[in-house]
Amino acid sequence: MSLKLKALLKSPWVFHLSTGSCNNCDIEILDCLTPRFDIERFGMLLVGSIKHADVLLVTGSCNRMSVERLKVLYDQVPKPCLVVAIGTCTGSRGLFIDSYNCPVPLDKIIPVDVYIPGCPPKPEAMIAGIVKLIQKVGGTQ
Amino acid sequence: MGKTIIPIGPYHPLIEEPEFFTLTVDGETVVDIDMRMGYNHRGIEKLSEGMVFENSTFVVERICGICSTSHPFAYTRSVEDIFPMEVSMRAKYIRTIIAEGERIHSHLLWLGLAGHFLGYNTVYMWAWKLREEILDVMEILSGNRNSYAMFKPGGVRRDIKAEDIPLCLKKINSIVPTLIMLKKAVLDDPVLHARLKGVGVLSYQEAIDFSALGPTSRASGVSRDVRKDSPYGAYQEMDWNMIVTKNGDVFDKAVVRILETFESIDITKYCLENLPDGEIDASIKDVPVGEGIGHVEAPRGETFHYVKSDGTNRPVRHKVRAPTFMNLPTYKATVIGQTISDATIILAAIDPCYCCTERVAVKDDKGKMLYNGQDLVRLSREKTEKMRQRMGAK
Repeated sequence: MSLKLKALLKSPWVFHLSTGSCNNCDIEILDCLTPRFDIERFGMLLVGSIKHADVLLVTGSCNRMSVERLKVLYDQVPKPCLVVAIGTCTGSRGLFIDSYNCPVPLDKIIPVDVYIPGCPPKPEAMIAGIVKLIQKVGGTQ
Repeated sequence: MGKTIIPIGPYHPLIEEPEFFTLTVDGETVVDIDMRMGYNHRGIEKLSEGMVFENSTFVVERICGICSTSHPFAYTRSVEDIFPMEVSMRAKYIRTIIAEGERIHSHLLWLGLAGHFLGYNTVYMWAWKLREEILDVMEILSGNRNSYAMFKPGGVRRDIKAEDIPLCLKKINSIVPTLIMLKKAVLDDPVLHARLKGVGVLSYQEAIDFSALGPTSRASGVSRDVRKDSPYGAYQEMDWNMIVTKNGDVFDKAVVRILETFESIDITKYCLENLPDGEIDASIKDVPVGEGIGHVEAPRGETFHYVKSDGTNRPVRHKVRAPTFMNLPTYKATVIGQTISDATIILAAIDPCYCCTERVAVKDDKGKMLYNGQDLVRLSREKTEKMRQRMGAK
């Protein structure tokens, strides 16, 4: 494992990216920061700029206008970066699979490391997903 | 000094959803705004027209995660407007409980985010901590924290068990003392008075001219609430107050939302304590030809649904109008002349919800339609095929 990746896993800073979601997943991500779940205990911090991010939390059904922006933003993240697909919409498009505005799922656009299914996934599921991501990348499974 | 344009978004740390604003500023003062939408458009109306009447409730629930009761509620009311069916009293009470629970958690969510936008993170943490208790209640009642799936045309999907009610009441009661403390901390804080009073004023006349809805209009002195004006559910069964203030600034919008939270707690408690017996579901016999409308008071204002039926099991037309569609233009009236630092909190004060709002129409500058429905379908099919090829999907 590269030194960069090792340093990244110590305290992953996350950036939240909504690609046309219904707000549920976004609100549950914010819920992770608040007193009941409080992921800052584990060194995870929600950052405001993509250039500070180690982990991308992508929500939503990747609609056409967002996809262009998503590609631009993915190019701007310092590499290595890890991508977490949150919610059923990003994984398989769920309900929106027949929609004219959601052509492809997220993993056809950018590489995805972890999928967290659910509509919306509970904050516990998100924390468990991030922990699994750290174990997978760190090789401590 | 020349004018400067400041772009905000589409991915900005203070905006949860992707939206693009351009602020034209002269020094510190905002002189004009413009916005670009469409980052949240998912084609919900079209999806709903391809589904049977019962399944559409699940689609409209996903219009917005925070209004995930208001949209199914308005939709079921519009379907019940077409179908000759009688909703039982117990179903009406259960609907009211879920709708008011959503209002409590939405207003607390707004309060927390408003504190966050002001840099007052203590309020953010306290409000969201209280919100968790309400989400627990919703999880006990419906099985999920956010999307409840409780509604169906003719009634509700799930009954409330008698043994769950004491626990729900206990949890709701447990937030009241802390909420009173939070209310005092917010409304009596001299810093917040200095920061919010007189900022982003929407006058009474402007609220009427823009047809503002919900707390945005009630803070400007317009007493407009669907729950009072055209009662539905179980709202006429109990006494509650419509909160109206007259200044129309950001502070008054906060006051309206905080005081409404207490009213909602009282309504929820009354409904849980006085839940009548009876059936929860009226079965659909056959589908008549016709059209129906349904409107309910969402946490942000009036949500309006229109459904047209041609006698088959799917709606021919389904139209959604969310409250933010009416409230967002008031931003133009309130933000001009204010400073850049106040622009975010003035926008947040209307509690915008873009994913509710984004239903599409293509027009040119003179208001002439460029494409009709068939053209849009054809264009979208061609574009989808092109994108699939470009992204390498099969």
